[in-house]
Amino acid sequence: MGNSYTTPTNRDWGREPIERTEIIWITIAFLWCLFMFGWMIAWHWIGNQNMKNEAYRTTPEAYSIKLADQLTKYPVRKDEASGEDVVMPPPGSDIYLAGMQWQWRPIFELQKGKTYRLHLSSLDVGHGFSLQPENINMQVYPGYEQVTTVTPNKSGTYGILCGEYCGGGDAVGHHTMLGRIYVKE
Amino acid sequence: MATTTMSDFRVDPVSGLKIHRTANNLVKANAFAAVVFLLIGGFFGLGVALTRMPGVQLLKPEMFYLFLTGHGVVALMVWIIFFEIAVLYFCCSHLLGSRIATPRWAWLGFWLMIIGALMTFVAIVQGNSSVMMTSYPPLEAAPHFYLGLILFAVGALIGCFVFLGTLVIAKEEKTYGEGSLPLVVFGAVTASICAIFTIAAGAIILIPTFLWRVGLISHIDPMMYRVIWWAFGHTSQQINVVVHISIWYLIAGLVFGAKPMSEKVSRGAFLLYILFLNLGSVHHLLSDPGLSSTWKIFNTSYMIYLAVLASLIHGLTVPGSIEVAQRKKGLDTGLFTWLRKAPWGNPVFSGMFLSLIGFGFIGGITGVVMSVEQINMIIHNTMYLPGHFHGTVVCGTTTAFMAVTYYLIPVVFQRKVALAGWAKWQPYIYSLGSFTFAIAIMGAGTMGLQRRQADITYAGQSLAYQYPELGKAMLSIGELGGVVMAVGGVMFILIVLASVFAGERIPEGSAPWPKVEDADVVFAKKGGVNSADAGATVPGKKHIGIGGFEAPGTFVLAMILFATLVLYYFINFKYLSTIWTLS
Repeated sequence: MGNSYTTPTNRDWGREPIERTEIIWITIAFLWCLFMFGWMIAWHWIGNQNMKNEAYRTTPEAYSIKLADQLTKYPVRKDEASGEDVVMPPPGSDIYLAGMQWQWRPIFELQKGKTYRLHLSSLDVGHGFSLQPENINMQVYPGYEQVTTVTPNKSGTYGILCGEYCGGGDAVGHHTMLGRIYVKE
Repeated sequence: MATTTMSDFRVDPVSGLKIHRTANNLVKANAFAAVVFLLIGGFFGLGVALTRMPGVQLLKPEMFYLFLTGHGVVALMVWIIFFEIAVLYFCCSHLLGSRIATPRWAWLGFWLMIIGALMTFVAIVQGNSSVMMTSYPPLEAAPHFYLGLILFAVGALIGCFVFLGTLVIAKEEKTYGEGSLPLVVFGAVTASICAIFTIAAGAIILIPTFLWRVGLISHIDPMMYRVIWWAFGHTSQQINVVVHISIWYLIAGLVFGAKPMSEKVSRGAFLLYILFLNLGSVHHLLSDPGLSSTWKIFNTSYMIYLAVLASLIHGLTVPGSIEVAQRKKGLDTGLFTWLRKAPWGNPVFSGMFLSLIGFGFIGGITGVVMSVEQINMIIHNTMYLPGHFHGTVVCGTTTAFMAVTYYLIPVVFQRKVALAGWAKWQPYIYSLGSFTFAIAIMGAGTMGLQRRQADITYAGQSLAYQYPELGKAMLSIGELGGVVMAVGGVMFILIVLASVFAGERIPEGSAPWPKVEDADVVFAKKGGVNSADAGATVPGKKHIGIGGFEAPGTFVLAMILFATLVLYYFINFKYLSTIWTLS
């Protein structure tokens, strides 16, 4: 007797048996929960796409110095699309990308199948690193330097967009924040 | 202790509830404020939709970001929390037949929420606080943007304590007998506990941020802000889940005379929410620097998905309780007769069931998949995000709130629902819009389209990136759904306003409305044996269901949901496995 918005008529409702529909469903659902939990852990071993979660404290000033060093250390060419500097770091190296209002710099030229240690940080407010069309998205903050080991598995031209609102006006702003990575064979 | 007299109460002819007049006024005020803010939030939302629709692009970027901030704050926080306070008061006072505790404090809470909401609203409209609802430092909003939110949160916190105080009074004065709280009220208790945690987290981060903006603190660490802010931002959305599930149970009881299939199971599931739901705020931090995978996995899974388990349980037990009730009332043939013969023209029911389907299939499944640590990388901050949370907060919560409003109008406002013909169609039109919107823009997000973008074409930029045409088409379809949703929303608001101001009055002391009989009572009269009463089989007595399942139709529906979830989970891992190697 009773219903869902009245006091349970059976005060000892804790002892009522659970009906078959519920028991079977709860069992299936719980096993699936266990599986999903295990799979997320297992993907760190069986999968090739994981966050490294290596991160350091930094400052916009300290990170700017690393960006400048990178320009002098590695070969540079002019970008045909924008006329800007394109940095061509050797495979295996640490590469530094910065988000700033409102661009991602520098532009990189990487080699397909080679591994790089990609550092990400911001020089002002929060930004969202978004590599397209791969659709890889990571949060980027001033004061934090995150490192991810990346291995491009396809060649082509990749856009970097901003996934975190970062201010701006009508002409330039969050919606004009762009960067680029070229991956060569 | 305040003394109450009989004239402080009225017996409602519609519901048969003994209603405390002061509590009723508080429910009225909070629910009405909620609907007014829904209108404002919806207006901002329509502006956002018409800007994102390629080819229309109504607003210039600066105005777009202002609208988007306004939409987030007003629709996601103000409308929903006002309505939740109304639901909390309704549950503790109306459903328990109790006077409300400390009404003066309750009014103080109400006015603090009004003043706070208006203060933040003014800050947004002034144009120098377009920092989005999330207001991540070091982006700066006007100081009164934060102060308004703080006042609003304090007001809501007072509401939570008034709710808890009323429970104490109801128990002491034995207004609901000697037994346990009704399940619906137990759900409301769960919501209030989550709300107190949430609001405390909001205060812990917004107060220092306010102090930073007025110059008393020099620096707010952006990561610390995110970690704590999301304990407020995410958990407040999880309160919505708890509240709308309580409303599902309420409506199942109101429309079908249904009772929970098992008190133990449904209450246990609510308990899991109290214990684990709050961990979900890490869903927003999965691609952030400085947090370990161990920490991320523990939290993002709500400790082995125990809060997900709770939602899966409610997803079965709510329609299951309806099925059991329908079968007990005689619709005990076939798998889905009970559902086919449900009152689909009654917006209280249709809205509730659309909310159940929308929340389960759209908001729920995508939420589970996108909160996988690794999958999150291919979803984080794309259009998939707004798609997902419109699946939970609009398809689920808002639709459920609208459905229960059609019940609150006669009971609380003592008016018949005006424009009844419209009301019949409103849940379908609104859900058509919201389902289309959520699904289509999630598709766009999968194609890489970023959220919070005033211009997805990157027009005139030398490094412009061209999104796939399919992604842009999905966005157009989605925003078209957004316009349909706005039509349904305007219908809802007109129905509410017409009912409240011009609806036919239901005078006090008028003849009681026919009440839906409890399904168990009907069944017992027919010679059936309610499993809860007897437990074991009684020879010669009637049982319901097929093959030992009391709710076989619901079980089939649940298995469809399960199969969809499993399939979608692995599709996403397949997609993930094709991208650049990351380690």
